[in-house]
Amino acid sequence: MTTPTFTWNLIADLRDMWSLPFMVNAFRAGTIVAVLAAIIGWYMVLRRQSFAGHTLAVVGFPGAAAAIWLGLGAILGYFACCLAAALVIAALPSGARRGYREESAVIGAVQAYALAAGLLFIALYKGFLNGTSALLFGSFLGITTRQVTTLAVVTTVVLAVVAGIGRPLLFASIDPDIAAAHGVPTRDLGAAFLVMLAATAAEVGQITGALLVFALLVLPPATAQLITVRPGPSMAVSVVLAAATVWVALFVAYYSPYPLGFWLTSIAFGAYVATAGIAALNGWRRRRPQPVGARA
Amino acid sequence: MSPVSQRNRETDSAQLPDDQPALVAVRDAGVVRNGRLIWEHVCVDVAAGEFVAILGPNGVGKSTLLKSILGLVPLTSGEIRLLGHAPGRANHQVGYLPQRRTFDASLRIRGRDVIRLGLDGHRWGIPLPGRRSRAAIARVDELIALVDAGAYADRPIGQLSGGEQQRLLIAQALARRPRLLLLDEPLDSLDLPNQAAVAALISRICRAEGVAVMMVAHDVNPILAYLDRVIYLGHGGAVSGIPAEVITSATLTALYGTPIEVLSTSDGRLVVVGQPEAPAHHSDRHGGQP
Repeated sequence: MTTPTFTWNLIADLRDMWSLPFMVNAFRAGTIVAVLAAIIGWYMVLRRQSFAGHTLAVVGFPGAAAAIWLGLGAILGYFACCLAAALVIAALPSGARRGYREESAVIGAVQAYALAAGLLFIALYKGFLNGTSALLFGSFLGITTRQVTTLAVVTTVVLAVVAGIGRPLLFASIDPDIAAAHGVPTRDLGAAFLVMLAATAAEVGQITGALLVFALLVLPPATAQLITVRPGPSMAVSVVLAAATVWVALFVAYYSPYPLGFWLTSIAFGAYVATAGIAALNGWRRRRPQPVGARA
Repeated sequence: MSPVSQRNRETDSAQLPDDQPALVAVRDAGVVRNGRLIWEHVCVDVAAGEFVAILGPNGVGKSTLLKSILGLVPLTSGEIRLLGHAPGRANHQVGYLPQRRTFDASLRIRGRDVIRLGLDGHRWGIPLPGRRSRAAIARVDELIALVDAGAYADRPIGQLSGGEQQRLLIAQALARRPRLLLLDEPLDSLDLPNQAAVAALISRICRAEGVAVMMVAHDVNPILAYLDRVIYLGHGGAVSGIPAEVITSATLTALYGTPIEVLSTSDGRLVVVGQPEAPAHHSDRHGGQP
């Protein structure tokens, strides 16, 4: 690949980038993944299931490594392993609801073992060492059109399910006891959400690498929830932030010698820190003495 | 409310008219959980519009009684009818406020949205703009006005005080115009002025909306002035009646089989001395899975 030269004419730069099929696929795949991560991540942040999300993503690493070793293709490995892990977590006693605090040691142990198993599969495959960094920290090279199609289909299915169960899922996420009393099947919704989270982690992992999925799964939704407390607009802001993060990161990574995962995470983290700083400043301003309103 | 009208109402409800069907009828009910007897031989009736407190020492199964009325905890003996149906069949006509501490401070959801979820959060699909959506928004505004939460309903609920959160949750429980409110220690973790204010609010709603209220309480005093009846729960059964008849040394001593003294302070507060504290079962308290 010849070193591309950056000009300040951004449109020309984009046109230059998109003359390369692998960059077009990178933008397509990145945008698809960003939209899904922004929505599922929004629920994950609300449900405080970041730890489960990270576990599912890390489990994708041995899955992909094993699939490559067996000649099955990384995509299948990501999805198969993440979905299997989600079903296991969902089957743990009280797993989907409030068990994460007690089970954190178990999940931590599984994370460590998943990484170790992934390293084993890479060692077994031999000559795959260049791919290790891509599996762990992401890459925008070599995304095939077929992979983009797979990502788009999975995203469409998951988002259709979210449209169907999103409202009771929100209820169950905020207030499981009251939701259950209203006839919301909180346990089944929790399991369904874990499966959707696994599909999302498997998708995001293919772009950001197994260890950096939070660049898209946590940072944009957390930033959006700081910006607005209205559920609908907050989800929309999350999608815009995630997509913008991917676009800017791909743009910068194309011209820079540093990896995509670094740029993705830096941009998303920068936006989060800036938003949190502004929110803290506003909160500090608001806490100054004010007249107390009349109370009933 | 004057003491005279208070006494009259107590007398009225003490003699429940026979033609008025009970909202809740508990007949010789018993619950065993994890091999431990919670309570048995419990009989309770609650009529429309009544304000009833469920009292008793820690661990006696007050929350379990509410959950078994909702069908969240199965009975091992006896029967419960809720609005003439088996438990769990008429929950859409019940507003339930489980025991809790508070929402997590970092929860970025408005009080308004929490109330809205009580109205249509159980429905599948996306809430599309239209007549139903406008009606829901209007109902939420009405509920916010009912509990005087206009000043803070649009702020993140995690940042509100315990009393403000409790008012919003009461509004949520009222969203579907229930005929019965089941409140599990709603005054718990509130300071004294807020306890008084929320108790007055619940009583006002009970009268204005014609909603019956069954409220689990650790301390009867903040609600004593508003109550129609109290239910004192023990492992071997329950005693119910007007507070002056039930909260007495003789009744409670008979219920618990151990000497109990009820003292009355000069300002009309009741102090129960010597009631047995059951062995702590903390796993069951504060919203454990039924």
